[in-house]
Amino acid sequence: MGEKIDPNLWSDGAEPHLMGGRRPSGEIIFPMPTGDAAEGVEPYKLSRRGKLWSWTSQGFLPKEPYEGPGSGPGEGPPDFDGYLIGYVELPGEVIVESRIVDARLEDLHLGMELEFCIVPFNARYDTFAFRPLAVSESKAA
Amino acid sequence: MSENVYIIGAGIHPFGRTDNRSGREQGVYAVREALADAGLDWPDVECAYGGSAAAGSADIMVNELGLTSLPFTNVANGCATGGSALAASQQAIASGMYDLALAVGFDKHPRGAFNAKPADYGLPEWYGQTGMMLTTQFFALKIQRYMQLHGISRTTLGRVAEKAFRNGTITPHAWRRSPVDLETIMNAPMINDPLTKYMFCSPAEGAVALILASEKKMRELGADGVKIRSVAVKTRPPNSFEVFQAGISIKEGGKPTVLASQAAFEKAGVGPEDISVAQLQDTESGAEIMHMAENGFCQDGAQEEWLANGWSEIGGKLPVNTDGGCLACGEPVGASGLRQVYENVQQLRQRGGERQVPGQNGKGPRLGYSHVYGAPGLSAVAILERE
Repeated sequence: MGEKIDPNLWSDGAEPHLMGGRRPSGEIIFPMPTGDAAEGVEPYKLSRRGKLWSWTSQGFLPKEPYEGPGSGPGEGPPDFDGYLIGYVELPGEVIVESRIVDARLEDLHLGMELEFCIVPFNARYDTFAFRPLAVSESKAA
Repeated sequence: MSENVYIIGAGIHPFGRTDNRSGREQGVYAVREALADAGLDWPDVECAYGGSAAAGSADIMVNELGLTSLPFTNVANGCATGGSALAASQQAIASGMYDLALAVGFDKHPRGAFNAKPADYGLPEWYGQTGMMLTTQFFALKIQRYMQLHGISRTTLGRVAEKAFRNGTITPHAWRRSPVDLETIMNAPMINDPLTKYMFCSPAEGAVALILASEKKMRELGADGVKIRSVAVKTRPPNSFEVFQAGISIKEGGKPTVLASQAAFEKAGVGPEDISVAQLQDTESGAEIMHMAENGFCQDGAQEEWLANGWSEIGGKLPVNTDGGCLACGEPVGASGLRQVYENVQQLRQRGGERQVPGQNGKGPRLGYSHVYGAPGLSAVAILERE
């Protein structure tokens, strides 16, 4: 396990949850704001399950401030691994942007059932992602 | 009571890459072109508004243009820099305070995709560190969902790019001047699925300057003016889906483009069916498709038929991005929105050359529409009229 890329991004424990916020109006937001914008916003554990709302692939090495494979000293595009990004609708809560793991681009479809997970990001950090529910269930079995 | 405002001079520095000229020098070049077009000298200009996103302040241009003591306001409004400069100069004349104003935008970006800093957009660092803060991803995510919901095919995305490069071949100020065939576009490396390399515009360089005048001044000068029927700039409404959002509301919100479009049509007293030529933000192929509907020119999903039938080609029922748009011209952020207005001015004055839109009965287009969209969710629309 690496360090959390942001100490407040998800909850600790065996079943971590992405941390959002609940406004006084009841509206659920992500991410949990910081500073003055956090006033009146209660930290809120977001659902671990959601449905795919949209998706894309990242086919080129992003510039700074990207810190994933390919971004380090002496590294470059050949060291880059493409990845999948999507928006995941957490029912009744909010739609969150996330990495999508354990899936192929051609398998992704609207409404696909996904589950929250923590994945290694680089030599130092872990980050959050969502993966197809079928994968997580088969791994648990 | 507000005054009618006209664009009486339009100048451009060719878009693309000009290694030996700074962004601001390209701006000065465009201002001189616009002044020559209007038959004016720099001391005639009474006030100026302009800026760039990455090439410095506009007001320093007085060093080259002349120290005439005019008020020169720097505009730093991201993708809406040009649109905001146009709106400010239009208001300066409409208010009756001035008779001649300059709107100028220029830029010079490094090669490759834009790299925004999370803190500049009020976002946590992890959003950038983990590779989610890319404008290209947003456009891919937006069109991916739109294609699923409204039955838009990948071929239609390719057709938008093919049209852009074809129009670029006949546009002197365009950067990409060679045609690219549909097969090449479709088989090019995937940048962000479903968008390939040729479906994205690139950050670039370029400059545009417009001289605005009151009706009285235009008549006094005997200038060839195009009337500004309306300008509208709108930022995002609640629950909208925009570039750089780690979280989106589950409620479907409004769109800044829809708001700006409706406001511009209302102010102008015309509708989408009255427009004879349109320049729509085409950061990538999907953006042009979605913006056709968001600006009211077609129903969601009808773009499939539009592109297949060539209705947005120069000879079609509504020519869209007649100079090849951002796809063929590149996107120098501060200049891009004004390029669209420049192109409409050229079209309405029937100076489009090979890319001239015939208009009804071959008399040239009467109403030109331009639309720019950018981070963090804002749109500017301008409707021009040839009286």
